[in-house]
Amino acid sequence: MKRVLALPYLLWMVVFVILPVFLMIYYSFNDMSGNLTLQNYAEFLSSNYIKMTLNSFWYAFLITVITLIVSYPLALVISRLKHKTFWLLIIIIPTWINILLKTYAFIGILGINGILNSVLEKFGLMKIQLLFSDFAFITVAVYIFIPFMVLPIFNSINGINKNLIWASYDLGASKWEALTKVIIPLSLEGVKSGIQITFIPALSLFMLSRLVAGNKVVTLGTAIEQQFLTNENWGMGSTVGVFLILFMVFVMLVTRTKKESI
Amino acid sequence: MNTLSRSFLTVIIIFLYFPILYLAYYSFNTGGSMTSFEGFTLDYYKSVIENKALMTVIMNTIAVALISSGFATIIGLFGAIFLYLIRQKYVKSTLLTLNNVLIVSPDVIIGASLLILFSIFGIKLGSTSVILAHIAFSVPIVVLMILPSLYQQNSNLVLAAHDLGASAFHVVTKVLIPNIKPGIFAGFLMALTYSLDDFAVTFFVTGNGFSTLSVEIYAMARRGITLEINAISTVIFVVVLTISFIYYFVSDKKIKRGKTT
Repeated sequence: MKRVLALPYLLWMVVFVILPVFLMIYYSFNDMSGNLTLQNYAEFLSSNYIKMTLNSFWYAFLITVITLIVSYPLALVISRLKHKTFWLLIIIIPTWINILLKTYAFIGILGINGILNSVLEKFGLMKIQLLFSDFAFITVAVYIFIPFMVLPIFNSINGINKNLIWASYDLGASKWEALTKVIIPLSLEGVKSGIQITFIPALSLFMLSRLVAGNKVVTLGTAIEQQFLTNENWGMGSTVGVFLILFMVFVMLVTRTKKESI
Repeated sequence: MNTLSRSFLTVIIIFLYFPILYLAYYSFNTGGSMTSFEGFTLDYYKSVIENKALMTVIMNTIAVALISSGFATIIGLFGAIFLYLIRQKYVKSTLLTLNNVLIVSPDVIIGASLLILFSIFGIKLGSTSVILAHIAFSVPIVVLMILPSLYQQNSNLVLAAHDLGASAFHVVTKVLIPNIKPGIFAGFLMALTYSLDDFAVTFFVTGNGFSTLSVEIYAMARRGITLEINAISTVIFVVVLTISFIYYFVSDKKIKRGKTT
């Protein structure tokens, strides 16, 4: 019985999980005509790609930090509300609207004749090109990631034993002390998963940089898409992909939550 | 609940909903742009319905989601029960780690590596490759949704069934699966959500000629603004909103009823 159940699942695992990773590693050692080479790696370690990687990390870092700064207080506020599941649902509903549609909305909002610029104009300020800038890239990315960050943080705040917080009050802790010494340390697991959920995709967003950043922000994801679909240089694309996988594993190890290690 | 936190919550909710409502507002604009509202019209809704190519794309998207979620739920259900039955801790945790690889992988990596995979196996890019890709990334999600309900059920039931002489097959079909129906349903819904929302993976493996809504919107948005997109977006928003509120009030009532009885 166990074998019958295992067969399709293990088949899926081999064909769609293990094999693709090895294929990507194998292709990363191939040049465009299929000969084995180390040239892709040499090219990746050249200044251009290193610069792009650092750039991609910098943006992913900014996006993660801003998302966290907004999401933590938000999760905290929701956890204290009377109808918390209702408000959580309100925060989550936008994630069910296709990501492309939301991005498209920002094209209208941030555009030169968009609503944000007309507000600026009313205040007597100059119109600025907000679209096709790193500002647009970060805003839209933060917008997309907020609900995903709120969810794990809310879950871990909500799971804190309320008696611990009351005990800290009884022992003379101020509200601020209860927050920094009890609530935040006890919700770190949620923060870690939130960072995982945000940072890794932020490294690889490609359609955002195409649609709202006007190619001004080049991420690792943009490079992979370009190599695979425009230049048809699968070898180079795979090399960038291998590095992205390595970075991903590194982020996962750093932000590993206790539950996973047991 | 002080005013500061209340206003913070309000500001964030406005920020989250503004873009969606903004699209909806201009979907009724006779002006044809998202800059100045000139007059009310339902033309864009009509042209979405009359646009045969667009309707095909919408049907494709729904078909891909239903087919791939169906297969993913079956494979994922088998996988979850298999993981549940494994005794060796080390094997189980290794398999779980492998299970989660596709959940944490960036979409571009999944898309690019599956593109290589399909080209090596000679699978033509189109509906088949898109459905296979969607099954691939939905299976681990289904597994993770079903596993907790397997652990939550009373394991004595399984032992009792064994004691009463049920075969392994009957234990699975008559005891395990009926017990975890809600988990299976949740897994299917989650797979459906992921499939409907996916852009990047589909974009890599779709080839020419076949396209889903996300890919089509990407192409339309790169060409510039058309209010047909606004109309589609508004319809989707209303549907999502209705379903989630119905779901919330139904489950809320259930909880309350459970408390009183």
